[in-house]
Amino acid sequence: MTHEKRPAAIELRGIDKHFGAVHANKDVSLTIEPGTIHGLIGENGAGKSTLMSILYGFYQADRGSILVDGKEVQIRSPAQAIALGIGMVHQHFMLVENFTVLENLVLGAEGGAVLNRCFASARMSLDTLKREYGLNVPANALISDLPVGLQQRVEILKALYRGAEVLILDEPTGVLTPGEAGHLFVVLRKLKEQGKTILLITHKLREIMAVTDVVSVMRKGALIDTLETHSTTPARLAELMVGRNVNLKLAKAKRAAGAPLLEVRDLSLVDPSGVARLKALNFIVHEGEILGLAGVAGNGQSELLEVLSGMRRPTSGEILLRGKPLSDADLNPRSMRMSSVAHVPEDRQRLGLVMSFPASENAILGYHDDKVYANGVLLDRAAIIADARVKMRNFDVRPPEPLLRASLFSGGNQQKLILAREIEHDPDLLIIGQPTRGVDIGAIEFIHRRLVELRDRGKAILLISVELDEIRSLSDRILVMFDGAIAGECSPDTPETEIGLLMAGISREKAA
Amino acid sequence: MSARAELPWWANLLLIPFLNLAAAFAISALILATIGEDPFQAAAIILRGALFSGEGIGYTLFYATNFIFTGLAFAVAFHAGLFNIGAEGQAYVAGLGVALVCLSFDSLPSPLIVLMSIAAAALFGAAWALIPAYLQARRGSHVVITTIMFNFIAAALVVYLLVNHLSPPGSMQPETRTFAENARLPFLHVALAPLGLDLPSSPLNLSFIWALVCCLFFYVLIWRSRLGFELRTLGANPNAALYSGMPVARLTIIAMLLSGAFAGFMALNEIMGSQHRMILDYTSGYGFVGIAVALMGRAHPIGIIFAAVLFGVLYQGGAELAFERPNITRDMVVLIQGLVIMMAGGLEHMFRPQIDRLFAMRRRKALAAVG
Repeated sequence: MTHEKRPAAIELRGIDKHFGAVHANKDVSLTIEPGTIHGLIGENGAGKSTLMSILYGFYQADRGSILVDGKEVQIRSPAQAIALGIGMVHQHFMLVENFTVLENLVLGAEGGAVLNRCFASARMSLDTLKREYGLNVPANALISDLPVGLQQRVEILKALYRGAEVLILDEPTGVLTPGEAGHLFVVLRKLKEQGKTILLITHKLREIMAVTDVVSVMRKGALIDTLETHSTTPARLAELMVGRNVNLKLAKAKRAAGAPLLEVRDLSLVDPSGVARLKALNFIVHEGEILGLAGVAGNGQSELLEVLSGMRRPTSGEILLRGKPLSDADLNPRSMRMSSVAHVPEDRQRLGLVMSFPASENAILGYHDDKVYANGVLLDRAAIIADARVKMRNFDVRPPEPLLRASLFSGGNQQKLILAREIEHDPDLLIIGQPTRGVDIGAIEFIHRRLVELRDRGKAILLISVELDEIRSLSDRILVMFDGAIAGECSPDTPETEIGLLMAGISREKAA
Repeated sequence: MSARAELPWWANLLLIPFLNLAAAFAISALILATIGEDPFQAAAIILRGALFSGEGIGYTLFYATNFIFTGLAFAVAFHAGLFNIGAEGQAYVAGLGVALVCLSFDSLPSPLIVLMSIAAAALFGAAWALIPAYLQARRGSHVVITTIMFNFIAAALVVYLLVNHLSPPGSMQPETRTFAENARLPFLHVALAPLGLDLPSSPLNLSFIWALVCCLFFYVLIWRSRLGFELRTLGANPNAALYSGMPVARLTIIAMLLSGAFAGFMALNEIMGSQHRMILDYTSGYGFVGIAVALMGRAHPIGIIFAAVLFGVLYQGGAELAFERPNITRDMVVLIQGLVIMMAGGLEHMFRPQIDRLFAMRRRKALAAVG
C-alpha cells in the first residue's frame, strides 16, 4: 500500500471531553490512515464511544480539533459528519422496522416531496453497491423480515449510499452468529480494497486480531497506544486495556454433577401475538453444574430466563424444582426467590437495578421482605446500609459506598452489585443472563471466578450468554438454542465452528 | 457515556426553582408594566398583604393548607410513576363525604366527628380514585385520561346531589345547610386562645396541623417504609419492580388510593374548617395547582410545604393586590399565578441545560486551576 501522499482520512488532535465530573476523553490524538481497517479497543467506559460520538457529531469536544482529509472541520451534527463522508453503523440499528430496505436507504435523503425519482436512483446505487462490494440485500423486503446480519448490511449500505468514505462500526458483532461475523469481515475487507477507511470499535480481542491493520487502545479516557496488529498479541492488548496483567484463561477443576435440581419438561411459550417463542424445551440442571445456553440473541433465551425466574407464565409444560412440579402460584419472582432460585437478569439497568436508588436500596431489591431489613412495616436503614457494605466488600464493588446512586457505578460494578445481592443469599439455583455484558475485563475475571466458586459449592447455575467464549470457558455442558428450541447439546470442548452451526440452526446431521 | 452532569443538591433543590420563579415574576413584571402599573409596588402589596399582618399570614397558611394536601396527593402517586391529575375531583367528592358526616352525626361529641370526618375525607377521596386506579392497574387505561374525566363526573355528581338532595328544603342555593357548631373544625385563633396565644382571626384552622402531620406521615411512608420502597421502585423502574416480585397492579391501586385520600383531606380545611357547608366548586383549581406545588417541592414534604406557602402568598397577596389596585383585576392575579405554575410545573427543566453547562464549565475551570 502506498498512501504516503494521501493525507490521513481522519485526524483527531487533542480531543478532550468532560461529562460533569467524568473526564471521558483525555487529550486524545488519533490518526487514521486512508484505506485501512483501524481497530479501537478498550474496556467499557474507556471513552471509545464518546470519541466516536464526537467524530460523528453527536457531541462536541471541549477542546481539540478534527481533520478530515487533512482539512480542519467542525462537526456539529451527524448530518455534517455524513456530508464529510463519515458514516456510522450503530450497535443498535437505526432502521425503521416496517419500512423496506429501499425506504430505509433513502430515509433522510429523500431530496424532494415526491419519492419516485429518489427511489429510482436509490435502486440504481443499490445495484452498483451490490456489484462493487458484494453487499446483497433484497431491496423490497421489510426490515422486520430480515435476519440481523442482513439488517446490519442495510446499515452499512445506508452509510455507503450517503457517500461514506470512512465507516465507523460500533461493536458490530454483538448480535451476530460466528458465521455472520465472518461474512461481515469479508465485507469489511472488500470495502478496504475499494479504498474505504474503516474504524472498528470492539471489545473482542479476537476480532481485532482477525480483521484490523492497526489497533488503538484506550483506557480511562486516554489513548494508550497505537500498534500494528500483526506485531502484537491478544495478551499484550488485554494488558494495555486493563493496565495490568490479566488472566484470560479460567482455571476450573472438573467436577461431577450432583442430583437434578431443575427439570424442564415440554416447556412452551406463545407470546400474545401468537408467535411461538419457546418450543417444547426439555433439559435438566444438576447440582454442582454450570449449564450453558448458547445462541444468538433473540432465539428464546430471554424468554426462557423470564419464565424460569417467574416473571412470565409459560403456555404449557412443566417445571420441576428438586423433583417437585411448580404450580402456577409458585411461578412468580417472589416465590421463586423464596425457594432459593436467584435470578441475575440479562439487562441489569432495565430489570436488575433502580438506577436512581442508592446501592444500599438496590442491594435489597427483591429481598426487601426479609426480616433482616425490616422491623414491621418500616425498613431498618442502618441494617440495610451495614448489609450493603458487607456485600459490596465481598464482591469488590467499587467504590464501596452504600449511599452512592447505582447510576454512578460503572457497568462492571453495577453487575457485581447485582451478583452480590443474588449470590450472598446463597441460592441453590442461580439463573444468570449475560453475566459480563458491557463489563470490563478485570470484572469479567472476578465474576467468572465467583460463578465457578458457587458451582464448586454444589450449587446449580443456568448460564445464558451470547458470548460463545464465555459459555465455553464456564459451562460443564452446553445447550444451543435456535428459534425457541434446543438445537443440540455439546460439551465445552466442541469446536467453535460446530457450535456456530448449531447457533445458525443447522443441525449436526444436516451439516454432516 | 451519556451521563448527565450531576448538579450539586442545592442547585437542583434551590437554584432551579428560584430561577423558574424569577422568570415567572420577570414576565409578570413586564405585563404589569405594559398596563401601566409599577411592578415593584405590586410586589410590595403582595408581600405586605400575605406576610406583614397576622391576619394575612393566617390567610396565607389557610391557602397553603389546601396546597399541602393536593401537593402530597400528586406527589405520592408521582413517586409510584403515576400522574394523578384528578385531585380536583377526588377532593370535591371528599367534600361530600365530610358534609355527610357533619350533617348526619352532629349530635356526637366534636372530637368523634373530627375523626369520622378525617376517615370520610380519606375514604371518599380514595373511592373517587379507585376506578381510574383499577383501570390503570388491570386494563392499562392511562390515569391521566381517566382521572381528568372523573373530575368532570365529580362536578356533575356534586351539582346533582346539591341541587336535588342536599340543599335544605325551600332553599334556592345549591349548597347544604350550615354545619352545627360542634361539627366544625375549630379555627386556630379560637383553639389556641385558651393557651394564652392571641392570634388574629382568619380561616386558618386545625386542619393545618393535620396537614403537617400528613407531611410527616408522607415522609415516613415514602422513605422509611417497605410499602414506600415498593412504590418508589415501581415509579423509578417498573421493570425492576416486576423483576423483584412486587405486586405491581396492587401497588398502582394503593398509590392512587393514597393519592385520593390526601386530596380528600382538602375538604377538611375548606368544608369543615372554613365554609362549614358543602358548596359548589369549592375546590376551585387547588387540585391542579397541587401538581405545580409537588413538582416545585421535588415531591418531598419539606419542599411541598415551602411551595405551598409560596402559592399561599400568591393567593392571599394576589387578592390584596386586586383589592388595592383597581387597574389590576382578579384575572391579572390569576395570570401571575398561572405564570408561576407554568414555570414551576410545565417548564420545570427550561433552565436545566444552561445550569448543567455552567456547572460543567466551573468544574473544568477548577480542574484546570488544580493542574
